Amino acid sequence: MSEPESDTEARQPPAVDRSQYILAAALLAVGVYTIIDARGLNVGFGDPVGPRVFPYLIGTGMVVLAVLLAIATARGDVAQAEAGEDIDLTTPPDWPTVGKLVGILVLNLLLVNLLGWAITGALLFAGSAWALGSRTPLRDVLVGVVLAVGGWYFFYALGVPLTPGILDGIL
Amino acid sequence: MDTLNLLADGLQSAFTLENLMYAAIGVLLGTFVGVLPGIGPAMAVALLLPITSGLDVTQSMIIFAGIYYGGMYGGSTTSILLNTPGESASVMTAIEGNKMAKRGRAAQALATAAIGSFIAGTIGTLLVAFFTPALAGQAVKVGAPSYFAIMLLSLVLVTSVLGASRLRGFIGLFMGLTIGLVGLDLSTGQARLTGGSLELADGIGIVVVAVGVFALGEALWTAAHLRRKPVDVIPVGRPFMGRDDWGRSWKPWLRGTALGFPFGAVPAGGAETPTFLSYITERKLAKPDAGFGEGAIEGVAGPEAANNASAAGMFVPLLALGLPVTATASILLAALTSYGIVPGPTLMTDQPDLVWTLLASLLIGNTLLLLINLPLAPLWARLLRIPRPQLYAGILFFASLGAYSVNQDPFDLALLLAFGLLGFAIRRFGIPVLPLILGVILGPLMEVKLREALDLSGGDISGLFNEPLAILCYVLIVLVLVAPIVLRRFGTPAQVLEEKETVR
Repeated sequence: MSEPESDTEARQPPAVDRSQYILAAALLAVGVYTIIDARGLNVGFGDPVGPRVFPYLIGTGMVVLAVLLAIATARGDVAQAEAGEDIDLTTPPDWPTVGKLVGILVLNLLLVNLLGWAITGALLFAGSAWALGSRTPLRDVLVGVVLAVGGWYFFYALGVPLTPGILDGIL
Repeated sequence: MDTLNLLADGLQSAFTLENLMYAAIGVLLGTFVGVLPGIGPAMAVALLLPITSGLDVTQSMIIFAGIYYGGMYGGSTTSILLNTPGESASVMTAIEGNKMAKRGRAAQALATAAIGSFIAGTIGTLLVAFFTPALAGQAVKVGAPSYFAIMLLSLVLVTSVLGASRLRGFIGLFMGLTIGLVGLDLSTGQARLTGGSLELADGIGIVVVAVGVFALGEALWTAAHLRRKPVDVIPVGRPFMGRDDWGRSWKPWLRGTALGFPFGAVPAGGAETPTFLSYITERKLAKPDAGFGEGAIEGVAGPEAANNASAAGMFVPLLALGLPVTATASILLAALTSYGIVPGPTLMTDQPDLVWTLLASLLIGNTLLLLINLPLAPLWARLLRIPRPQLYAGILFFASLGAYSVNQDPFDLALLLAFGLLGFAIRRFGIPVLPLILGVILGPLMEVKLREALDLSGGDISGLFNEPLAILCYVLIVLVLVAPIVLRRFGTPAQVLEEKETVR
């Protein structure tokens, strides 16, 4: 995670990172919502501070930061994306893969109570491996089943029975 | 020596067969997860938190001690044998360590890292045992205004020290503080930022945030930029060192320990700064023929010792003040709280058995780490070849399993996904994770102290400044915030930055 310091950023060509405006807008929205939400709180008698002050401070800070970020972005400030062992920042982001993974995670949370962890967990593993480019679907499903059923029994042994779902009575 | 007696008692209670087994499990699991690329110590602790449900607090703390040191050790293996380090604390180790490995000295690099970690961890843990009671004794007298000021100072320090952009540090911090607001207000019981959702009324657990931001965020971010070419792993035999290597290593180990421990104990971003300082020191002190830049053993020994000493130093503020200064400490604090234990200055007197057993198991875990892992190094190295699709699928699987197992509520999985996407976004926008995590856990604590202080003064703002310690903290905060701006005028940091650049 070697971040070049801010002075090297200045030397880069002044390309405006437009998506940072989206981040600034999101921060602004969160800050404003925090303040509005806090306005609805009641302050009791004999409570000199009350539940509002802290959210007001945080919301205001967030709004200020959003504005500062927007200004910095307009001046050509560019984000330094995080590097890592398996990360190759020279390629453009691979949105289809991220989309598939998010879809699989959503499916898992929708189906887990219906089908049970032993099934959705296995699908989660095999599906994610497929989305990430694995070419051994059969092996992935097998590993997924072992992990998911194993995980179910592990928590069962700890006294935390996970939802069995449609496998109720079989596990 | 009172401390020694207490520590001996702790060792005695930790030395049951059962507890040793838990320590060994923790060490093995921690190393296993820590070696896996893309997983650092904080993510290892967060991912493994659910497995301790059902254990009593002492046993789970013993496991955690093992996981923590094991995760640190695993991280150093990764950075030596793979070219690209996963976390900031290992960056310095990787510089010389990977060069050593490429020149066929991987065994020596791993050995000096393991033995250096053992020495630094042992000295560090002993220092924790000596400092913590004294600090806790003083901290009992600290009032709410000073407590608030200390927490504010830690947040400002962590946010200012880390990363290249202070603006982004503060954005991360305020994201965390906002997440910390969600839930019922502690004194009036009114819901804040829940959007009417009952599930959010209890607040958002630090574990869901940590697993989401660390594990899911990392997996999604990696998925977007996955390196398609196979990684270059250097094969390694059993680690060992020759006489010459010992002679060159022992001084850097001790110097690294001396640098790492104090930095770990103060909120200064964990091991990033001391490992950097240690590397610089060793390079300056080394003889010209040491071969710095081509794989000098001093450059592995020093930073690795600094890394582990700072990992131990983290326990001083955590145990004495209930103040976490790293992401791992935040998760440990959350784990303690979930057992109904109130962390803070009274922890040492309320739960002496727990604290001393924990410290003793840190010592035991550290020793086990050395005994178990030196022979196992070739096996761990093979883990680095694990195919990436299955690795990241596994991270997603275990993250979801952990989040789901707590309440068996799909809502938690949705929350996990939301924080995973947040984790993706902060990686894309270069926002540091640590201020965010600390904001989540310290925000609510700060609010309690703020209101306590102002209640005493009847709402008068002067209630925040009526203790000398508090005023000292505010002076330091102003200095931390203003000094860089002033220094930049005079051009001093430019040299430091230049130095940092040339190293990297």
